[in-house]
Amino acid sequence: MIDPRASANGNLNEKRIDLMLIASLVEQGTRVLDIGCGNGVLMELLVAERGVDARGLELSQQGVNACVSRGLAVVQGNADTDLSYYPDQGFDTVILSQTLQATQRPKEVLQEMSRIGSKLIVSIPNFGHWRIRLALALRGRMPETQALSATWYETANIHLCSMLDLIDLCDALSLRVETCLTVTNGKVHQSSGRPSARQNLMAELVVFELTR
Amino acid sequence: MIGQENAADGERLVLENAQLTLDNGSVLDTLTLAYRTYGALNADKSNAILICHALTGDHHPSGANPLTGRAGWWDNMVGPSKPIDTDRYFVICQNVIGGCAGSTGPSSPRADGTPYGLDFPVITIGDMVRAQNVLLDRLEIPDLFCVIGGSMGGMQVLQWAAAHGERVFSAIPIATAARHSSQNIAFHEVGRQAILADPDWQGGNYAAENTAPRKGLAVARMAAHITYLSEAALQRKFGRNLQDRDRLSYGFEADFQIESYLRHQGISFVDRFDANSYLYITRAMDYFDLAADYGGTLARAFANTKARFCVVSFTSDWLFPTSESISLVRALNAAGANVSFVEIESDKGHDAFLLDEPEMEQTIIGFLNAAAIARGLPLADGSEARHD
Repeated sequence: MIDPRASANGNLNEKRIDLMLIASLVEQGTRVLDIGCGNGVLMELLVAERGVDARGLELSQQGVNACVSRGLAVVQGNADTDLSYYPDQGFDTVILSQTLQATQRPKEVLQEMSRIGSKLIVSIPNFGHWRIRLALALRGRMPETQALSATWYETANIHLCSMLDLIDLCDALSLRVETCLTVTNGKVHQSSGRPSARQNLMAELVVFELTR
Repeated sequence: MIGQENAADGERLVLENAQLTLDNGSVLDTLTLAYRTYGALNADKSNAILICHALTGDHHPSGANPLTGRAGWWDNMVGPSKPIDTDRYFVICQNVIGGCAGSTGPSSPRADGTPYGLDFPVITIGDMVRAQNVLLDRLEIPDLFCVIGGSMGGMQVLQWAAAHGERVFSAIPIATAARHSSQNIAFHEVGRQAILADPDWQGGNYAAENTAPRKGLAVARMAAHITYLSEAALQRKFGRNLQDRDRLSYGFEADFQIESYLRHQGISFVDRFDANSYLYITRAMDYFDLAADYGGTLARAFANTKARFCVVSFTSDWLFPTSESISLVRALNAAGANVSFVEIESDKGHDAFLLDEPEMEQTIIGFLNAAAIARGLPLADGSEARHD
């Protein structure tokens, strides 16, 4: 068994680190729902490394078909509208990997997630990172980074936020931060409880483990 | 008395005292089940796949029908090294009761030797699946690795999962719905009325009169066939092309290719299908409403199901549109079922499930492989599955 956090080094791209960090927060043999599962990379990792019973929800039909043809239990659906069809506490862990910022109603999505599962794992690109602040402050332009590569008029990311903004929303929803994993220059920092303003400045990517 | 017979076109299970109680309350004493198997049952009896056929299908999904020489209706899907691999799985297909390919139906003889005709009880999808359970019992197969089918076959798949879930490890309902829609009932009614309006139908006793409602059945088939295609596919295949002529005839011959095509579909259908069976089987589909059997809540039909599901629909299928599959998937999710759902991009309409659709094949191969691993069946290369 690899230690995903130990493997999270500079050789892996940011997305991969994100997935490894999420996997490190998932318990062995649990029931997991991956919302916005894409082509199923994380689900495959979780099945292989954590032996979980994984289900996926994915907006793009292409992604769904790729998942199912690889034997993953994935359905086509929309995080904004289709979570209501999942039963209360049907899963141990509900994952939203770099998808929250692309939803129409992030608050309702988080609410539904906490209804469906007892543990939430949410990762976001941190809009509070200094490079993003600088891009807007100095260049006067919408930031385009590796994690946020689309132009403002083409991006699916309509609800970008900083990690402190997300914490405010978690407070409003009475969600508690159990673990906070941040990624800076490919290095992982782990903390518990509320992140600091410095973390918000330095983190490119953040993974929160949340409970009700 | 029980008999196992080898017919020219597959096996026959003949039960003289079957006592099969039907949804309408009547009991079928004599029951003949026509079926065919492919591949070999393994020692654990854990590799059986039941294929459920659609409205006008039969028990020959793979290989030729020995009687007609026609290729199997799912030959691209079923066979050695095909997605439903008969080298790995023991595949069973049974002609539905009410049908006309060998299983008991309205054209079967009663005790006095005359055909049932309209005295045959109205059967349901539930009754068809009950008869399949009888066959499974006789073959001494405890449960199915997978039950798969499209259209009416998909209805049977859902019925299996709901009413006999303990015998279903995995289920693949394709291009189907948990209930027959009002529009679909309407199309069926047009077909039935075409048959009933044919004077040769003779109140259903056409066999005794040595005739058959050929025109009525052909019209029924023509109307139904349109619903199996899509506007885009018709336009692509036929457009407004004329048939064997340079100009319009200013009459009512088959000026257009599409007319000629439909007429051919109708005429060739009557040679292989019984008009009364068409009445009974369309009725069975009309009556299908799985949620109604479970207090109006579809999710209840699948409560506590252990089966894993793979729901498949096609973008251009307007007879069983994707919205029907989505309702089904939502109900399965609400029941906490292990469900996958794929919508395949195709312009071939409802019939896409019978045609060469590589994405559907990839989906089914992947789903069956994952299910085989979960069931501990050997993989395609013969290696042992991992037990995670």
